[in-house]
Amino acid sequence: MIRLKHIYKSYTIGTVEVPVLRNVSLHVRPHEFVAILGPSGSGKSTLMNIIGCLDIPDSGDYILDGEYVDNCTEDKLSEIRGVKIGFIFQQFNLLPDLTAYENVEMPLLYHRISPSERHERVIRTIEQVGLKDRMRHKPSQLSGGQQQRVAIARVLASEPSIILADEPTGNLDSASGKEIMDIIKGLWRDGHTIVLITHDINIANQAERKVYVHDGRLSEKEIYNGMENH
Amino acid sequence: MAWKIIKLSFKAIYNNKMRSFLTMLGIIIGVMAVVILVSITQGAASGITDSISDMGSDQITATISGDDASVSADSIESLASYPSIDSVAPVISTSETVKKNSETGSYSIVGVTPSYFTVRDIDIQRGRKIAESDIEWNTNVCVIGTDVASSLFGTWDAVNGTIIIGDSIYKVVGVLEEQGSSLAGSEDSKILIPYSTASRMTGQTGVSSFYIKASSEDTVNSAIRSVESFLLQATRDEEAYDVSNQSEVLDTMSDVTNTMSLLLAGIAAISLLVGGIGIMNIMLVSVTERTKEIGIRKAVGAKRKHIMLQFLCESCALSVLGGVLGLVLSLGAIEVYNLVASSAAAINWSVGIAAIVFCAVIGILFGSYPAAKASRLQPIDALHIS
Repeated sequence: MIRLKHIYKSYTIGTVEVPVLRNVSLHVRPHEFVAILGPSGSGKSTLMNIIGCLDIPDSGDYILDGEYVDNCTEDKLSEIRGVKIGFIFQQFNLLPDLTAYENVEMPLLYHRISPSERHERVIRTIEQVGLKDRMRHKPSQLSGGQQQRVAIARVLASEPSIILADEPTGNLDSASGKEIMDIIKGLWRDGHTIVLITHDINIANQAERKVYVHDGRLSEKEIYNGMENH
Repeated sequence: MAWKIIKLSFKAIYNNKMRSFLTMLGIIIGVMAVVILVSITQGAASGITDSISDMGSDQITATISGDDASVSADSIESLASYPSIDSVAPVISTSETVKKNSETGSYSIVGVTPSYFTVRDIDIQRGRKIAESDIEWNTNVCVIGTDVASSLFGTWDAVNGTIIIGDSIYKVVGVLEEQGSSLAGSEDSKILIPYSTASRMTGQTGVSSFYIKASSEDTVNSAIRSVESFLLQATRDEEAYDVSNQSEVLDTMSDVTNTMSLLLAGIAAISLLVGGIGIMNIMLVSVTERTKEIGIRKAVGAKRKHIMLQFLCESCALSVLGGVLGLVLSLGAIEVYNLVASSAAAINWSVGIAAIVFCAVIGILFGSYPAAKASRLQPIDALHIS
């Protein structure tokens, strides 16, 4: 499903080149639930950007669903994101002027989907996260947990092959955080592939497999012993 | 999709009511300037055109600038036998001091034949017209316009009164009907005397100008040709005469008003352009403000064209909405102008529509740079702005 091979990525700050990811390789199989764990500044956000096709590596290969994405055009990357990847952000990233319904509908407007199917999908996914009675509310009228559920509905409506969650509970109290984690685990059981990025070991422990990022390098422990097989 | 984007544009405009309104103000004022100025100019022009047409499009005026004696009044009368010509009226125009008791003034004196009244389509309200016998006997009689009557005779009946034109005493035999002013000068302030009397007074033997009435409006052109060939034969000099018809005056008129309209539209277009720059300015601000929104949209699959389209649509909606508001306000303004100036200016819809189209073009033109800027934002950079 996700295959990262010898990924290298650096940022230039002023005149100094700062390597962020050094020779990172990772393989995520279909229907897997992988947690990427690391302290802030470890490079896990950059890794998440690359996996999410928001950024491209300086060198190395990224094969997503059998497709090389490291030399795609900007628009092609947009298309891959729209079709294959669903993001759950720490900041929810809902559009404040749109209602919950419209937020869930928004990505579908960039797909070739008939209005009736669009409507059907939005209603189905909003029901799935239990917010049908709140779908005419704007994000500011919803609690943090509810906003994150709208964001999850937005992901589900696009029917992506991979769900990328970046600190999904980082902005929530523990009760809503647990609710969101339960939903995410439910999605995994339903067959979704999930990559979760966190600095919280308790969150990471709920995943099937953990991967550690430290100083731009990746190491695997626990369930899978040994490094990437390639 | 298209409908959703349009809806989104209006939503964005609605969410920033005050700012949107101020931005649109430039366009509103620009459109109002174009529509009102052009409508009022054309309203005034059509008023003048109407008054010219009222004078009759079957009328032809001929002036001879060459040798006085070259064309005689009698020879001109022969023109009336042409099938395309109804009647001909030679005139001698001059200006003389006119006295009546203590009243003195300079008036325009016109020597006419009885056909003058037919050709010029004027009538008298009291007394009689200049008659054939007056021409024959060189009588000192006159028919005066209403303005002349009121300034020389006041409220007294002018008919059978006497006035002194130059050195001679003339008897007033009739007063013309009131005509009102027109572009060709009013008959109200003229004094008409027999043609032969005027000829003797001025010492002028030939005809310097004459009026022709065509038998119908359709024969005007052939009548003009007949008169021209007649005059060419008589004077043997193409430069010595000029034959003109009201329609030519109308053409000149419309040329003038078209130029006026173009000039005004040009000036107003500049104000629209300035409005467009205002739109570009605010769209750039909007792109910066909505960087995060752009990032989110791109993260969930929006392509560059989608973002581009959204912002283009928004700037277009802004300018077209401004244009429509401007047009509606112009309607009101023209109504008010008509009430105040008691005129009948009507909104020029083709200019109104053109202004709206121009607004759309401005919206696209000035929206494209901000839209391109928005579409080029990288989702990763855009997302990280909180």
